[in-house]
Amino acid sequence: MSVAPAEVELPQSGEQTTPDTPWLTIVWNDPVNLMDYVTYVFQTVFGYPKSKARKLMLDVHHKGRAVVAAGARESMEHNVEILHGYGLWATVSSDS
Amino acid sequence: MDAFRRSGGGVRTKFDAPEAALLRSLIEQIMSLLDESEDDPADLADLAGPAGPAQESPARGPGPDHPDTISDASVHDIPPAAELEAMLGFSSRTRAPLDPALARLLPDAYRDDPDASGEFRRYTERSVRSAKQEVAQTVLDTLPAGGGPVKLSHDQAQAWLRALNDVRLTLGVRLGVTEEFEDEWRRMDPQDPRATAFEVYAWLGDVQESLVQALS
Repeated sequence: MSVAPAEVELPQSGEQTTPDTPWLTIVWNDPVNLMDYVTYVFQTVFGYPKSKARKLMLDVHHKGRAVVAAGARESMEHNVEILHGYGLWATVSSDS
Repeated sequence: MDAFRRSGGGVRTKFDAPEAALLRSLIEQIMSLLDESEDDPADLADLAGPAGPAQESPARGPGPDHPDTISDASVHDIPPAAELEAMLGFSSRTRAPLDPALARLLPDAYRDDPDASGEFRRYTERSVRSAKQEVAQTVLDTLPAGGGPVKLSHDQAQAWLRALNDVRLTLGVRLGVTEEFEDEWRRMDPQDPRATAFEVYAWLGDVQESLVQALS
């Protein structure tokens, strides 16, 4: 997690991130969501450890967006639906 | 209001009466905003498809004058497309709501692909709306109207977090909140007509932060 989503190193979650599944879940910065809340949501929704969740949150905050998951399109859409439930500004994107 | 504290598997705090009344009122407004039947009619203008509610077609197949026609009922009583889709849990809406606050609560899922966003919206908007209504209802169910102690299970606390966030998002859009909110608020003239709303917004942030801390 260091640069813009298109060239970013994929997050090492429990999900498979193979070339066959070039879809991403992206979270965008917004001025309302609290930093600790966003961190908590990443921990809760993705089961990420706090350190990783916080790093992703800081990427969103400082870089304007972060790739928070990668995998099959359906799975990314499911993520986005859940993140919208939490009020995060999330989108699906293809990794091309 | 006291800070939220861990209690058993959940959290507890207490709200005084004006705080409880304020929060309940805000939550009720969000529920109303999310209620599809209260959407601005102009916003639903694209919903009337070929079989939409705007079209009355009296000449659709045999009516009561042909009682021996077995398909009578099915041909005559076809509900509007929007109603059918509602039965199936789909939304007819394929673009973001016009109201910017509602659009923030129900954002597009694809940034540069209106077709994919529309398709996603059709299948998910209704469930996202009802999930948001549910968490809002949980707040109303657990926050006494007259204030007092509030004790939440872990699941109820999660619902509170999400509902508080929806209120903050909505208020944030209405107030045009930016990353510079803290500075703007600090510099704001107390006589500024927005001062009260800013204060409410800041308070909601404190409540939510306190809840996140208690859960983390």
